[in-house]
Amino acid sequence: MKKIIKLEDLDCASCASKIENAVKKIDGVDFVSVNFMTQNMVLKANDEQFDEILKKVVKKCKHIEPECTLIL
Amino acid sequence: MKLNTLTKKEKKNLIRILIALSLFVVIFVFDKIFVLANVFDGKFGWLFPFLLYLCVYLIIGYDIIFKAIRNILHGQFFDENFLMCVATLGAFGLAITKGVLNEQIEGFDEACAVLLFYQVGEFFQSYATNKSRKSIAALMNLRPDYANIKTNDKIKKVDPSEVNVGDIIVVNPGEKIPLDGVITNGSSTLDTKALTGESIPREVTLNSAVLSGCINISSKIEVKTTKKFYDSTVSKILELVENASSQKSKAENFITKFAKYYTPIVVFVALVLAIVPSLFTSNWTTWIYRSLSFLVVSCPCALVISIPLSFFAGLGLASKYGILVKGSNYLEKLNKANIFVFDKTGTLTKGNFVINCIYPKNNYEEVLRLASIAENGSSHPIAKCILQKYNKSISNNNYFLTNIAGQGVIAQKDDEKILCGNEKLMQNNNINYTKCNNAGTVVYVAKNEQFVGYIQISDQIKDETKEVISQLKFQGIKTIMLTGDNEDVAKDVAQNIQIDEYKSSLLPQNKVEQIENIMASKKSQDTVCFVGDGINDAPSLMRSDIGIAMGSVGSDAAIEAADIVLMKDNLKAILFAKKIAQKTLRIVKQNIAFSIAVKVAILILSALGITNMWFAVFGDVGVAIIAILNAMRVNKIKNV
Repeated sequence: MKKIIKLEDLDCASCASKIENAVKKIDGVDFVSVNFMTQNMVLKANDEQFDEILKKVVKKCKHIEPECTLIL
Repeated sequence: MKLNTLTKKEKKNLIRILIALSLFVVIFVFDKIFVLANVFDGKFGWLFPFLLYLCVYLIIGYDIIFKAIRNILHGQFFDENFLMCVATLGAFGLAITKGVLNEQIEGFDEACAVLLFYQVGEFFQSYATNKSRKSIAALMNLRPDYANIKTNDKIKKVDPSEVNVGDIIVVNPGEKIPLDGVITNGSSTLDTKALTGESIPREVTLNSAVLSGCINISSKIEVKTTKKFYDSTVSKILELVENASSQKSKAENFITKFAKYYTPIVVFVALVLAIVPSLFTSNWTTWIYRSLSFLVVSCPCALVISIPLSFFAGLGLASKYGILVKGSNYLEKLNKANIFVFDKTGTLTKGNFVINCIYPKNNYEEVLRLASIAENGSSHPIAKCILQKYNKSISNNNYFLTNIAGQGVIAQKDDEKILCGNEKLMQNNNINYTKCNNAGTVVYVAKNEQFVGYIQISDQIKDETKEVISQLKFQGIKTIMLTGDNEDVAKDVAQNIQIDEYKSSLLPQNKVEQIENIMASKKSQDTVCFVGDGINDAPSLMRSDIGIAMGSVGSDAAIEAADIVLMKDNLKAILFAKKIAQKTLRIVKQNIAFSIAVKVAILILSALGITNMWFAVFGDVGVAIIAILNAMRVNKIKNV
């Protein structure tokens, strides 16, 4: 399943790549790309665990960039 | 910079920067004239300037300190906020130490200045990126908010996604067409600018197909939808734009990788610089000061931001002119593309057939009339073009038509027998015909075993084709044409437009084979670009390094398969796309080289003690601003 997630208040470009690298390491994530310019995250992950993975993604983002909110 | 274009957050930051800056200047000037350190005598002389500068420091840096503490608690040691805090608080510490040791007090101003300029840089980055985002947001305005659905003469406003295929929707003047469809009532003019970049409005009448995303200008129309919202043109395009740059370019990947190692290395070197020389010289304050300067330039943000900013500006500019690029990596590839393969029909030529000449000229009418009788009722483009040329109703039309596959048509009535078809038809019926020597599709006409004449039909070359091919060749690009037409036609067109190579008589599957051959035989540094009209050449679009589909608004397969979609059916867009790609990449390379060079220079000069922290922060913020301004230059590229 593929989902485009809007990232609000994503303030710096290197944070974007930090988030991307962190999400990449989550189990079950097939593809992730965080675009600082469009403030989007394209996430492709395993269908069955998608909700579970999504929760982990949200947690990771909060951890790295607490100001940044994911709009699901 | 207009104030009203700033976001709330930016305004707040700007005010904060201005307050801190003015306070800083006042304190700085007072300090230089009256020497604040003399306000208190003796050992605590440092206290007064320290407290004043601390105020400025806290005004400008409270959020950085907060973030630094938080990120450290999260275990991020190479966080730029943290490093900034270490550098500035370190500078404060050094100044206090000097104060306590009764040396000349200096360094408080530096600590404040570092944070102040760091914030200026941050502000500028945020302004530049938001501004550039807005250019793409304009494209996002394509999204229709509602549809007026008509049921039993009642009109109801609904979400476009609720409309089904076959529903009738009403589009008032000034409204956006929400879904693709066909006009069932009314006629109007449409503004397709947002979709195709074409500024001339398009006339539409009953039965015209209309595309979602166009704006209805002149009068009310009723449209029967042919697609669901999610399959409509506007959704496809928005999806493409939103997904663009999820494919990252090599330059972007390089810079993220660079940033990943850059900070830890600089921090490590700073540590070494603070400790090792001091052990030998015992001159701790000097070396710690130098290593703190290192930390000031340890943030790679300027570099990291200027690269995607340049690409984004390139993608945004292209989309403004109806050139949709699916990701910055394709911009990078297009820059390198040096073999262009074109599909002929619909790409280099208009794809509509016109009559080139009719032989014999004296009996012009008769040839056309007989051909029209035979071709009457056929939907083949060639038949259509003959009928269009004749443009008269065909009297006593009760001929019996027989289709002979691969040859033509025989029309019979009473004792009249008309043959209309290719050379084979003539030969098989033993007709003494005059062969046409011009390239193109030829329709021979005979009546009652007597040759009457022929009609030569050819596809028209687009007005801009020749210029585009010669421009590409001028840039040292190899051009190849693929066509399903026979050798004669292909050769004629190829000579006419002076294309380097051509391959004729290709079936659709042969075209893919040709692309595969070209891909297999190319050198490793070559990049192959295929340009097609998106009609049954999706496999070729996919197989080549970059696939460009042109004039394919409304063709889902092409939008899906191509890497670059030209919404306007004009070959010149290829030249413009190439120009954007070249300029963008040049700017990206300049930014990478310039930023790295300046950073390294600052590091070396700081290590040698030639420069101080002032210079480091100016250099760092200056590089960021120059790189961003350079990236903004992409927007200035002129259309060809």
